[in-house]
Amino acid sequence: MAHSSPYASLTRTRASRVAGLVALGLAVLLLVLPAFASRGLIQDLFFILTMLTLAQFWNLLAGYGGLVSIGQQAFVGIGAYALFGTVILAGIDPVPALLLSGLAALLLAIPTAYFAFRLQGAYFAISTWVIAEVVRLSVAQWKSVGGGTGTSLPRSATGSMWFTQAIETLFDVRSAAARDILAYWLAVLLAVATIGGLYWLLRTRRGLALAAVRDTMDAARSVGVDAGRMKWLVFLVSAFGTGLTGGLIYLQKARISPDAAFSVTDWTAYVIFIVVIGGIGTIEGPIIGIIVFYALQTLLADYGSWYLMVLGLIGIAVMLFAPRGLWGLFSDRTGIELFPVRRRLTGGLLSHPHHPESKDHG
Amino acid sequence: MLALDTVSKSFGALTVADGVTFAVPRGQALGIIGPNGAGKSTLFNLITGNLAPDAGRIELMGRDVTRMPAMRRCLAGIGRSFQIPQPFSRLTVFENLMVAASFGRDMSEAAVVDSCAGILERTGLIAKANTVSGSLSLLDRKRLELARALATDPQLLLLDEIAGGLTEGECRSLVETISAIHAGGVTIIWIEHVLHALNSVVERLLVLNFGRVIAIGAPGEIMASREVQEIYLGIDI
Repeated sequence: MAHSSPYASLTRTRASRVAGLVALGLAVLLLVLPAFASRGLIQDLFFILTMLTLAQFWNLLAGYGGLVSIGQQAFVGIGAYALFGTVILAGIDPVPALLLSGLAALLLAIPTAYFAFRLQGAYFAISTWVIAEVVRLSVAQWKSVGGGTGTSLPRSATGSMWFTQAIETLFDVRSAAARDILAYWLAVLLAVATIGGLYWLLRTRRGLALAAVRDTMDAARSVGVDAGRMKWLVFLVSAFGTGLTGGLIYLQKARISPDAAFSVTDWTAYVIFIVVIGGIGTIEGPIIGIIVFYALQTLLADYGSWYLMVLGLIGIAVMLFAPRGLWGLFSDRTGIELFPVRRRLTGGLLSHPHHPESKDHG
Repeated sequence: MLALDTVSKSFGALTVADGVTFAVPRGQALGIIGPNGAGKSTLFNLITGNLAPDAGRIELMGRDVTRMPAMRRCLAGIGRSFQIPQPFSRLTVFENLMVAASFGRDMSEAAVVDSCAGILERTGLIAKANTVSGSLSLLDRKRLELARALATDPQLLLLDEIAGGLTEGECRSLVETISAIHAGGVTIIWIEHVLHALNSVVERLLVLNFGRVIAIGAPGEIMASREVQEIYLGIDI
């Protein structure tokens, strides 16, 4: 046999290089958009970006960590309430207080994981929901942030928020519009950081370990993977990110109540829908999912409860006929991956042309 | 290499390991036989740390590992295959080995690419390196079990019915691979019902029944013993 090239492990593809450039361009476009876009568009994009971020964190939990949580609203709610609590009671500026949203969710995640990790599968899922309900009921007792009826961010806090003065003069807008632009920019940064961070994580060897733990925990342990530590890692990271996003969502809304902030429909059911129809266990999936979700919501906005029934039916249809979601369907046919994490062995004996090297994508 | 001292384990009223005591010197290949339900796979789970014993002591290279978790025992030099293959089904064959090599030896991914490729060549899986492991045939799944265990660079290799369900030819090629690994100095403990495959590799046989060690010794003596023949009567040899 002729001298063969050395073996190598590759992840990048041509599509991923193009995708990287397009993503960079898109991020820049999103950042400069407030210069010409209407306030309505900025608000819609804020909704899309924050839901996308929530979906990516749920995807990390369920799609990569195998931890199907239906209690993520606990972290959205606690993050939002941490923001309102510190702004109203301690008088901290809402922008730096966002960090406390993430930290509060992280703190809540520790006892939640401690109890929920004792359970598997459906029992784990139910336990996260139960814990979220307990937190909702406890927060409803917190009188200084409005108890069960909720409260608003004081005008004194929102009016003088960091950066809003500069945005008002930069774009020549009123303070309410400036707040929307600020929240939108933070949402862009959060979404970009989340997708970038997730992609980075999956390409480190921790990404491989995560996939191994998800597929079979016993075997993962037997090859030296600390399965317990991987589960803690994804649960805590997801909680922190979800809490941060929750804080940001309610910073933009400026009004909160326990029922809204701890809503299982808004912060978990919709998020699961987005991930599942787009394609669980891929970074592309939630991006496709949020576009479909937003389109459906806009189309069906006037049909009340029919909207939810249609969402449910579409969700069921996708699970039955395309279990890997719309992106999975597309990726299986075309072999295209925008955020490839597959390690492909090349070179050596595989550099021979008769070896079927390009077969078998995920 | 490995020493078990009166190791016991029960699930409720069912005793699956009953005062198991034996030792395997470095470089030896030991075969374990016994009827279904004798506690063979349980014994492996106790050795690898996937199960914790109720009583007794397990030593690996002179170190007490009785309470050591499975992932640490892998780092300490134990590699295993599972009776029912447990591939990381959504990863490719190559990625399965990369997980094992990178974490089992605590090295960076880049540092283990060549050794993973070498193991794939030796175990006949190189052409399937980039195939998703969930779609493999039974033979290839068994090969992957072996390859993944090897990727952790074990000093003690535990094989659980790796020849079961294979055709004569497939079995022969697997035995050749295992013999070569053994010749390379790896200590092996092998549970197997396919006795001719087992006896062509191992130097000693251990017979397990109802969680107890019935006999241990040279394969010829063991197979000739009346007690062993009684236990195996009616069982496919």
